[in-house]
Amino acid sequence: MTEPSPERPASGAAVTAAAPAVDLWRRFRGDGVAVGGLLVFLVVAAAALAAPWIAPQDPYDLTAIDLFDGRLAPGEESLSGTVYLLGTDDQGRDMVSAILYGLRISLMVGVVGTLFAVAIGVLAGLTAAYLGRWWETGLMRLVDFQLSFPAIMVALILLAILGRGVDKVILAIILVHWAQYARVIRGAALVERNKEYIEAAQNLGFSRLRIMLVHLLPNCLAPILVVGTIRIASAISTEATLSFLGVGVPITEPSLGLLIANGYDYLMSGQYWISVFPGVALLILIVAINLIGDRLRDILNPRLRT
Amino acid sequence: MILYIVRRLLQSGFILLLTSLVVFFGVYAVGDPVELLIDPEATEAMREASMRRLGLDRPVWEQYLTFVSNALQGDLGTSFVHGEPAIRIIVERLPATLELVALSMLIAIVIGLPLGLWAGLKPQAPSSRAIMAGSILGFSLPNFWQGLMLILLFAVMLGWLPAAGRGDTVMVGGIAFSFLTWDGLSHLILPALNLALFSLSLVIRLARAGTAEARLQDYVKFARAKGVRPHRVVGRHILRNILIPIVTMVGLEFGELVAFSTITETVFAWPGMGKLLIDSIYNLDRPVVVAYLMFVTVLFVAVNLIVDLLYCVLDPRVRLEDSAQ
Repeated sequence: MTEPSPERPASGAAVTAAAPAVDLWRRFRGDGVAVGGLLVFLVVAAAALAAPWIAPQDPYDLTAIDLFDGRLAPGEESLSGTVYLLGTDDQGRDMVSAILYGLRISLMVGVVGTLFAVAIGVLAGLTAAYLGRWWETGLMRLVDFQLSFPAIMVALILLAILGRGVDKVILAIILVHWAQYARVIRGAALVERNKEYIEAAQNLGFSRLRIMLVHLLPNCLAPILVVGTIRIASAISTEATLSFLGVGVPITEPSLGLLIANGYDYLMSGQYWISVFPGVALLILIVAINLIGDRLRDILNPRLRT
Repeated sequence: MILYIVRRLLQSGFILLLTSLVVFFGVYAVGDPVELLIDPEATEAMREASMRRLGLDRPVWEQYLTFVSNALQGDLGTSFVHGEPAIRIIVERLPATLELVALSMLIAIVIGLPLGLWAGLKPQAPSSRAIMAGSILGFSLPNFWQGLMLILLFAVMLGWLPAAGRGDTVMVGGIAFSFLTWDGLSHLILPALNLALFSLSLVIRLARAGTAEARLQDYVKFARAKGVRPHRVVGRHILRNILIPIVTMVGLEFGELVAFSTITETVFAWPGMGKLLIDSIYNLDRPVVVAYLMFVTVLFVAVNLIVDLLYCVLDPRVRLEDSAQ
């Protein structure tokens, strides 16, 4: 692990627009844990994206799976002589393939849900901080109201009313996450708003929209990046939990959570692999994302800069 | 102080009003209340009667008033499955959930506080690094999967503890408790551990951060210089000062634990309110779902109020800030 160079000059004076990103990348690259987390995440994401080409079988092609191969232990040889690396589930589905396809759904739901939630949260937070007045009061009361209820409970109730479905899970994730972003972004924007460059922009007669998007937003990117990263992990975990409880994705699109739920029935008889391996995949994904987020927080924290 | 309490009470009332509106519109406006609240197997005459009782033939604002006045009288509908008032079924399941939540909080504090304290006092020690790595893992592990692994390890592989149910209970004042019998306690341990893990990680982090900060304060240096024994410095000077944020957090975590108990109770077949909610969602027993939501809202609002008031009593700064406004 190489330490980030301590004799970095204090940031100030004229910086070009591209400099913070380059600077961030340089500091990120110097952090072993962060790079490790990113590499793991990229490998997992790439494997999920490439699932149709690298998976040993298509787990949803009924002609490819053999019911006689059901619940084979990892490494056990089937009647047809096939060896399944991580065993098979009750339908005779290869676990490696099921996990790769499950990762696709878990990642998709987590990333899409987070992107929309960030967009809404940033919009709400920025406008609340900059426009103020009744808009800010109303919006922040709404955020307070929502955050006084645990996220998992809100999502659970929402899905109980709406029913199962990938789109509905994404909707639930957006609904429970936007308020968090709105609060964080407003906090960051409130600090930035009182700085001189905003005053200068106002005196130059720029429109409020331009000041918000061109001046305020780029300076609030650090917290957005940190919270956004960590929240992807939380979104993935939320989706898995909801699917495990049977209110998440439908059985035609089994995410990792649903695979684990399938294995629950066989856990008692010691057939652990159906639940354990999808869970390990989930854990690797979440830990990798959390590590990246955790390191980003330190890297972007100006108080920890030397 | 009194002004503050009154204002907080008004706020709580407002939140309840808002929730009742959200629930009402969720059930009555978005969905079809006839389909949601009246048993699909009811006869035409029963449907008519239920519709009249719920006031579904009236204008919307009158329906809302009926809903609120029924709710205030404790009538949140009748379960399709159990044929009993929904609120009674929920209250019957409440003690099992509270027992689980209480033990989880206890585990989080009793184990988390010493570990966090140790990690804060000796930040460079390998054991401290292991504790902190463990707490990151505690945050990352999805709750339900961690529960399955506990079952796999302790119930299936080692066979030490039972995996499901509540075991023998003892009735005290008409309420069943598990922790008073050995069998009940053995059933309680795994679910409580499962539920505690997240709060445990949180307590470790808070205790470590608090200790690391307090350790460098002048009053600790002074106590040391004065020759106070190390364990006394930790116990009297450091511990006392890091307790307030931890107590607050654990109080606020109560709502979170009740919410997450739905998952734990499902994994361990623990017969509490959370399992009831999931079962009711499966069985399309919507009056119970609606009643659960209203009940839990009241519970959360009450807990938030109590924590805020306690905080106000414990920390004089809150009071001063308030009267300064």
